[in-house]
Amino acid sequence: MNPEPILRIGCAAGFSGDRTDAALPVVRALIAAGGPAVLIFETLAERTLALAQLARRQDPDAGYEPLLDELLRPVLGLCLRSGVRIVSNFGAANPRGAALHIARLARELDLRAPRIAVVHGDDLSGPPQRALLDDALGGAMRGLKPVSANAYLGAEAIADALLAGAEIVVCGRVADPSLAVGPALAHFGWARDDWDRLARATMAGHLLECGAQVSGGYYADPGFKDIPGLAHLGYPIAEIDADGHCVITKPPGSGGHIDEHSVKEQLLYEVHDPAAYLTPDVVADIGSATVRQLGPDRVQLHGVRGHARTGTLKVNVCHENGWLAEGEISYAGPRAEARARLAGEVLRERLQGLGPLRIDLIGVASVFGDDAGRWLAARPEGDAHDVRLRVALNHDERAAAERLPREVTALYTCGPAGGGGVRTALRARLGTVSCLVPRESIAAGFEFITPADAGAAA
Amino acid sequence: MSTYLEVPLYRAAHGRTGDKGNRSNISVIAWHPALWPLLVEQLTEAAVARQFAHRRPSRVTRHLLPQLQAMNFVLDDVLDGGVNDALNLDSHGKALSFLLLELPIKLPAELAVHLAGSD
Repeated sequence: MNPEPILRIGCAAGFSGDRTDAALPVVRALIAAGGPAVLIFETLAERTLALAQLARRQDPDAGYEPLLDELLRPVLGLCLRSGVRIVSNFGAANPRGAALHIARLARELDLRAPRIAVVHGDDLSGPPQRALLDDALGGAMRGLKPVSANAYLGAEAIADALLAGAEIVVCGRVADPSLAVGPALAHFGWARDDWDRLARATMAGHLLECGAQVSGGYYADPGFKDIPGLAHLGYPIAEIDADGHCVITKPPGSGGHIDEHSVKEQLLYEVHDPAAYLTPDVVADIGSATVRQLGPDRVQLHGVRGHARTGTLKVNVCHENGWLAEGEISYAGPRAEARARLAGEVLRERLQGLGPLRIDLIGVASVFGDDAGRWLAARPEGDAHDVRLRVALNHDERAAAERLPREVTALYTCGPAGGGGVRTALRARLGTVSCLVPRESIAAGFEFITPADAGAAA
Repeated sequence: MSTYLEVPLYRAAHGRTGDKGNRSNISVIAWHPALWPLLVEQLTEAAVARQFAHRRPSRVTRHLLPQLQAMNFVLDDVLDGGVNDALNLDSHGKALSFLLLELPIKLPAELAVHLAGSD
């Protein structure tokens, strides 16, 4: 066996709701570069899976990435014809449903039937797993109404599926970087305790996992960080070598920008201790990592080290968490700020007893401040001429929470002069509790969708 | 004897916020290696805790990455419960790097050539 020296992994989504036209330029660049290549989509933030579980309660066939079709339709044929494999967590709460959708899409596009593998083992929401969660969470599960419970799986089931010939691997909850580690593990045939190489591939995956955040998206700051082509950002491609080191780049001619600074920002994103970035696959250490610009939009990451993975896997349990009520109204012109502040005082009096009320003056102070209002209270009253009042509260009971939108709406006739543009919203909230479970208590694996399964889905 | 300037941190560094639960992390990355020692000296855990005092951090931890001329601040319990519980419009605290970047930094005038943008 003589594996190619470089594996290219392109990432065409960093969250559920990312641009759906990102994949095609990435796939074209992967094909033009030649050699083995994988396309990943990361579409599963912490709460996305709970929302998917709620969708599945309504419709047993739903519960996977709602934009799956839009994400895959433009590139599925190209990937199958060119041997670009696809790995994603877009299965969310229903990986099998997503796989069947892809099989249908392939038929609709007159493509041959792809070999689709479904990774299982992350979903702990069933009755048999309740004891495991009770054990791990102690009293924290008591009284909760769980919506979803998922373990963060690692790269091994993905790698096994690819080694078994999968062209598309559909996952639910896996650690984001594992979407890249799995293909690297399969391609290079590393030992599964080769901690340094696993850690390097993990940090390559970490650089990819937020999509365009490494290639100039979420980075631009006029006059300080001027980024060309934000409307047409190129999504990132990692070129991973046999030792796991990587170069981050993007499709030629695409918008955005990759330099040492944009890579450093993403490298540290959501990292706590840089010497111990914990994933299911490895403990990655970027304490002595370096980045180096090799050319335009090409940056090399070097020096990542790895340590043995921990004996546990992280589990997130999402549960019903009451209601969030919000309301807004605008004031403009002379004494606008004073009128907005007065409206806030009126609402505080009207909603007394419902629990803490947050008051924001959008245009004056609305984001840096704390929910308790210490920040706003410390600002001297000003004379802003265009202010939008926003109020918000949490309540366990829907009926109680509904009082906020009613009171904000009533400001049309009962509030200060000239208030306009009332908008209100009432939303169910989801909470999360996390715990660690012994690794051996989770049975991760994969299975192929059979032609009969796919046929039944027609 | 050199003269000193005071500038906002955003002229000397850039950064990004991330969140996990009720914990925020904010990276601070020097625009130029020559500015790095000043950041290490002046951007202490105490200075950052003061800038976020209204959010009542239970702990502020600074991790240094000298080879990247970067540091990572971890602020515990500053997100009013985090994305699931906070009433803030920005329940992730995504904007908080820009609050940190408003801290004033003193530097010798001869290092001003390495600053980004203008005040």
